Amino acid sequence: MKRFGMPTLIGISFLICIVPSWLGWFSNYIQFIIALIGINIILTVSLNLINGYMGEFSVGHAAFMGVGAYSSSLLTVYLLTDSSFFGKAILPEELAILIFPITLIIGGITAALFSLLIAIPSFKTRGDYLAIVTLAVNFIFKSAIENIDAIGGPRGFMGMGKVMKAMDNLVSFPWLIFWTFVVVVFSIYIIRNFVNSTMGKSIVAIRDDEIASELMTVNTRWLKIVAFMLSCGLAGMAGGLHAHTVTFINPSSYFILQSTYILVMVYLGGMGSLSGSVISAIVFTILLELLKPLDVFRWVVTPLLLIILMLFRPTGIMGNRELLDVFPTLKKYFSSLQERLSNAIIKS
Amino acid sequence: MTIDFFIQNFINAMQWGSFLALIAVGYTLVYGVLLLINFAHGDIFMVGAYTGYFIGTFLLNNFEIKLPFDLPGWVVIPLTIILTMIITALVGVAIERIAYRPLRNRGAHRLYLVITALMFGLLLEYGNLALLGASDRQFPTLFNKIIYNFGGITVTNIKIYVILLSFLIMGILWYIVQKTRWGMAMRAISYDRLAVPLMGISVDQIILITFVLGSSMAALAGIMYGTAFPILRFNMGMLVGWQAFIAAVVGGIGSIRGAMVGGYILGFTQIFVAAFLPSTYRDLIAFVVLLLILAIKPTGLFGVPRRTKV
Amino acid sequence: MPLLKVEKLTHFFGGLRSVDDFNLELSENELVGLIGPNGAGKSTVFNLVCGLYRPTQGSITFEGHDLIGRFPHQITSLGIGRTFQNIRLWNELSVIDNLRIAHFSQIDYKLLDSLFFTSRLVKDEQKVSQEAIDLLEKFNLIPYINELPRNLPYGIQRRVEICRALVMNPKIILLDEPAAGMNQGEIDELIKLVRWVKDEFKVTIWIIEHQMRVIMNICERIQVLDFGSTIAEGTPEEIRNNPQVIKAYLGEEVT
Repeated sequence: MKRFGMPTLIGISFLICIVPSWLGWFSNYIQFIIALIGINIILTVSLNLINGYMGEFSVGHAAFMGVGAYSSSLLTVYLLTDSSFFGKAILPEELAILIFPITLIIGGITAALFSLLIAIPSFKTRGDYLAIVTLAVNFIFKSAIENIDAIGGPRGFMGMGKVMKAMDNLVSFPWLIFWTFVVVVFSIYIIRNFVNSTMGKSIVAIRDDEIASELMTVNTRWLKIVAFMLSCGLAGMAGGLHAHTVTFINPSSYFILQSTYILVMVYLGGMGSLSGSVISAIVFTILLELLKPLDVFRWVVTPLLLIILMLFRPTGIMGNRELLDVFPTLKKYFSSLQERLSNAIIKS
Repeated sequence: MTIDFFIQNFINAMQWGSFLALIAVGYTLVYGVLLLINFAHGDIFMVGAYTGYFIGTFLLNNFEIKLPFDLPGWVVIPLTIILTMIITALVGVAIERIAYRPLRNRGAHRLYLVITALMFGLLLEYGNLALLGASDRQFPTLFNKIIYNFGGITVTNIKIYVILLSFLIMGILWYIVQKTRWGMAMRAISYDRLAVPLMGISVDQIILITFVLGSSMAALAGIMYGTAFPILRFNMGMLVGWQAFIAAVVGGIGSIRGAMVGGYILGFTQIFVAAFLPSTYRDLIAFVVLLLILAIKPTGLFGVPRRTKV
Repeated sequence: MPLLKVEKLTHFFGGLRSVDDFNLELSENELVGLIGPNGAGKSTVFNLVCGLYRPTQGSITFEGHDLIGRFPHQITSLGIGRTFQNIRLWNELSVIDNLRIAHFSQIDYKLLDSLFFTSRLVKDEQKVSQEAIDLLEKFNLIPYINELPRNLPYGIQRRVEICRALVMNPKIILLDEPAAGMNQGEIDELIKLVRWVKDEFKVTIWIIEHQMRVIMNICERIQVLDFGSTIAEGTPEEIRNNPQVIKAYLGEEVT
C-alpha cells in the first residue's frame, strides 16, 4: 500500500477546508476565499494543459469560464428559483442539491463544445493564430452576452444566491466549498492521469517538436483539439462554481483581466507543472485578496507581476518540475503508472 | 436607402477606416522586423490621445498650470502634434528597451515576448485608470468645427482633414519604406534577420526607427481621434486599438499594404453593419470578420506564409 | 508487388522545381541509397513520401495504399519509420518516453480510459512499456532508459533515434543523413548498426547520405539526384565510375 499519497492528501485537504466550514469555525469571508482558491486551481491546472504542457498560447480562458458560468447559472435560476428573468421556478428548490452539480457538468460540456468551434480553425495553422483567435474570443463572448438583453446584457445576471440558500435550507452544509472541492479533486485527477499516460505525454512531444511527433504516428490534430476541449470544459465548470460563489455576474467578469489572472497563475507556477499550478493558484488568490486596499492599483500589479516574471524568472516557481522532483523521497508515495511499469519490467 | 445614405456612410467609413489603418500599420511594422505582435500598440494609441489631451489643454491655457501668455491656434496645433508624437514615440521606445530588447538578447522564447507585450498593454491601460481615475476626459478643441451640408449629407471639416492627413501620412510612410535606406533595411530584416548585421546595418537601430515610426503614427491617430470623437476613455486602447489589430491581421500581418487596406475594409464593414444593425453589434461583427478571414485565408489578404525548413 | 512505389514524383516550391520526375521501387529487405549534392532535393523526396508536403505531380503507393493526401501520422503508422538529419528526439522527455510516444498509433485505449485510469489503460500501458523496453534492450540502450536525450553522447542519441523509428513495426525505414557530424569511429559503428537493423528486423532501409564510405559499403543500389533530377542509378560499382555522377558531385576519394 505504498501509494497512499494521493488519498492522504485529499483527506487532509478535506479536513482543513470542509470540516471547519461545516462547524462554523470559518467565517463566510474565509469560506469565500477558500472557494475562490479552489476555482483558481481548476482554472490554472486546466489552462496549464494548453499553455504549459502543450506549449500553445491561449489567452481566452476567461471566455470559456464565462460560457460555463452563464450556462450553469441560467439553468439553476430558471429551474429552481422565482426570478425576474424567467418567472416562477420549474422545480422544487429542494432538488437544488441534485440539480446544481448537473448544471456544472452541463456548463462544462457547453464550454467544451464552444472550444471545439475555436479549436478546429485555430489548430489548422501554426504560429500566433491561437493567440489572436483566443483574444478575439474574449471580445466575442463579452459582446455577444451584452447583446442578449433577456439575460441582463451588460447589466448582468443574478439569482444564484437563492440556489445556494436552497441547498443550505435542506441540509446545513458548506455546499459551495464541497462542490468546489469535488471539482478540484476531479480536475487534478483526470489531468494527472492524462499527462502520465502515453496519450497525454504526447502533447509534451508536440510542444517539443510537432513535426517529429506527427511523423512518429502521433495524431497531432486530434490530440490538440481534444486537449483544448478538456481544458476549456474544466474552465466551464470552474465558471459555474464561480458564478454561484459571487452570485452576481456580468460579461465583464469574464473578460481580458480575468484571462490575465489565469495567465499569471499558469506562468507563475511553471509551465507543465501540476504542483506548480496548484501552488501559484493558492499564492496568487491570497495575494490578490491581501492587496484589496490598493483598489484599482491591484489591476496594475497583475500585469506588472507577469512582466517582472518574464524578465527575471520566466520558468515560474517550479519551472517544469513537479514538487516530487524537489522532494524525491516522497516519490514512493506518489509514483505514476508508467514509472511503476518500467521499474517492474526492468527488474524481471 | 438613398444615395445620400450611402455617401454619408461612405465618408464616415473613410474616416473610421483611416484611424484603423494608421494604427494597424504600427502593428505590422513591428511584426515585420521583430516577428512579434506588439499587443501594447493599441494602448500606445491611447497614450498618444491622452498625451495630446494634456499638451493641447496646457497649450490652450485650459490647464491648472497656466502659461503667462496665450498662444495662437496656428502655433498650438503643430506644437501639440510634434510634442505628442515625440513623447509617445519615447514611450514606445522605452517599452522596447526595457522589456523587448533584453528578452531578445537573452534569446528568450518568443512566447515570453508576446506575454510581455500583452502585459504592457494592460499595464498602460490600468495605469491610466489608476492614475487618472475613471471619468472620461474631453479632448481640447484644436480646430473649429465647420459643418458643410450638401443635400442630405453632413460633412465636417474634421472628417476631411482626417481622411486627407491619413492618406498623406501613409504616403510618407510608403515612401520611407520603399525608397529610403532605412525602409530597405526594415524590409530586409523581415526577410532575413541574420544577414542584415552582416551587411553593416545595426539591427537595433532599425528596430528603434520602426518603433518610433509606429508609435508616432499611433500618436497622430490619437490626436485625430480625439479631435473627431472628443471623449477619451481609459480603455480606448482596447476599444479602438484591438480593432486596428484585427484590421492588420485581416490585411495580412507583416504587409504594410495589407494593414492599410485592412483598416479600410474593416472600417467599411463596421460602419455599414452599424447602419443596419444596432451599434452594440459593431465589436461583435469586427471579431466575427476576423475569425472568418482567418478560417479562409489564415495569412490574411496580403500576407505571405512563412515557410519553415523541415 | 513492390513495397514502395514512387512514380513520376515532381514537386514545386513556388517557382522552384525541387524534385523532377523521381521514380523508385523498393522491395522487402533492401538497402537503397539516395545521394546527390546539397540542395539536390533528397530530403524533399523523403518529406513527400512521409506526407509533409503534397506533391505537385506523381504518385506514391505503399503496400498498395495510395499515400498522397494522407496525413503524416497515418502514413508512418502504416509502417514507415524515419530519422532526421539533425536528430529530432524529444529532449524534454526521457529515452523510454521517446519510445512510448512513438507507440501512439498502436494505443487501443480511448481518451476516457486515460482520464479515468481504467484497467484497459493499465493493460495497454503495460504492453507499451514492455515493447519499448524489449526494443531498447535489443539496442543495448537500457542503461540510458531514463536519461534525457540532450544529455547523451551524439552516437547514443543517433542509436536511440533509429531505435525509435522501429517502434511502429515498419517495413521501410528512411534514414536521413545518419552519419552527419560523426567521426570515423562512430561511422564504423553506424555501418555495423545499420546492417544489423536490416538483418535483425528484416526492414528495407532507404538512406540519404553524404559520407561515401557509408553509402558504398552498405547500399545494394544507389540513386543520384542533382537539381531535383535523377542523373544515375545502379550498383555502387556503376555509380562510382559513372562520369556524370563524378562530374556533378563525387569529389571525395572513394575507398
